[in-house]
Amino acid sequence: MSKTRVVITGLGATTPLGGDVTSTWEGLLAGRSGARRLTDEWVQNLAVQIAAPVAVEPTEVIERVKARRLDRTAQLAVVAAREAWADSGLEDSGLDKERLGVAVASGIGGLHTTLSNYDALQQNPRRVSPLAIPMLMPNSSAAYVSLELGAKAGVHTPVSACASGNEAIWLGLDQIRLGRADVVVAGGAEGAIMALPLAAFGMMQALSKRNDDPERASRPWDVDRDGFLLGEGAGILILESYEHAKARGAKIYAELAGAGISADGHDIAQPDPTGSGARRAMERALSEGDLTPADIFHINAHATSTPQGDIAESLAIRQALGKEADHAVATAPKSMIGHLLGGAGAVESVATVLALKNRVSPPTINVDKLDDEIDLDVATEQRKLPDGDIAALNNSFGFGGHNAAIAFKTL
Amino acid sequence: MASTEEIRSSLAEIVNEIAGIPVEDVQLDKSFTDDLDVDSLSMVEVVVAAEEKFDVKIPDDEVKNLKTVGDAVAFIERAQNG
Repeated sequence: MSKTRVVITGLGATTPLGGDVTSTWEGLLAGRSGARRLTDEWVQNLAVQIAAPVAVEPTEVIERVKARRLDRTAQLAVVAAREAWADSGLEDSGLDKERLGVAVASGIGGLHTTLSNYDALQQNPRRVSPLAIPMLMPNSSAAYVSLELGAKAGVHTPVSACASGNEAIWLGLDQIRLGRADVVVAGGAEGAIMALPLAAFGMMQALSKRNDDPERASRPWDVDRDGFLLGEGAGILILESYEHAKARGAKIYAELAGAGISADGHDIAQPDPTGSGARRAMERALSEGDLTPADIFHINAHATSTPQGDIAESLAIRQALGKEADHAVATAPKSMIGHLLGGAGAVESVATVLALKNRVSPPTINVDKLDDEIDLDVATEQRKLPDGDIAALNNSFGFGGHNAAIAFKTL
Repeated sequence: MASTEEIRSSLAEIVNEIAGIPVEDVQLDKSFTDDLDVDSLSMVEVVVAAEEKFDVKIPDDEVKNLKTVGDAVAFIERAQNG
């Protein structure tokens, strides 16, 4: 049975580099950092006081009354979904909304709502918002995106920590290939720059402590990396069956060739040091996409800037691609936007699609001295990608041993 | 003691903050649900905000009787005087 071909026909993003796709992409190409030292009162007694907040506050974009009914994570998701939807031109296409699905992930869910309502509860139980539950539930972002667009096929929320965004794309791809939808609005969002996550990730020793040099804190693959930088934002991709897109004359960015999921079965927080789980995810993405390692010219790595994780991924890429990894440019957007948790895979998929479409890999910043154990072709400047049919991988891995790799190709 | 108009005006600000209804639309004869399109969860928020603003108690059982802005203003007046 031949697989249904699925293509990308719309993109949306709100990130530490900009409130939309264009500004984000320009920031990535320019090698700009979205990191800064936080000045809020609540940060003063924390060990880690740096993060990469979104460049444009979602409340500046979403109508006031609507915004107050959405957790920050859902606000970010809605901003990105609106942009992707408008970009796709689907609104006026006559699409049957019963054939429109949603898969929008989050790693944590509505944490702002959870914490602010817990504070309210301590003062007076009647101050707890009657909207607290629909705002804090992990499926809130997906649900509000579906309400916004009137989507009436399945509405899904994969939760796999930092692999969530990619898992949403994997899930959306399957919905179209299984004939359950013609279009799926897929991606992820996270707005979790708050004291609790900064303290908790900090206690795990997962975060960079470069408080005095925030723009240099996230340094994937550099020998002096000391942890990730917490970011926030959302990315949304419109997945559409090729037949449907072609029939309506849609603008097509790239083909979503395949997606691979695997589990480490190793540890709740540490990556499998052999990289075998990540390797299997990439291999599955390639085989499902009828691709071989020779097709891959760009790798958007998970590369969070943690000491162990970056090495395990490098090993995994070498195992999955072998010698063909020599001609694949590796790039780490987290060096600029930080780690968007449930939004990471989605925003970086947007970046991967644009890298293929524009045939250029964005740089990785802060690689002053490449770690000897990183056996990848790391681009510290923009790198032109070759003409002809080429493909790219986007990796995301999450606490719990979740691995999700997505393969895109030019079309 | 606040006048009827002062209570209506303050209540209108609360309804505007929570549901986005223009303050000038929040008049005594208007129904919260039918005229102002305030849904049930927003109504709960309005009630709690009004309790704090006017320093009164509005029991949950009473909320269903507050169909119009005038009903709410009258209840608040009685509660403040009681």
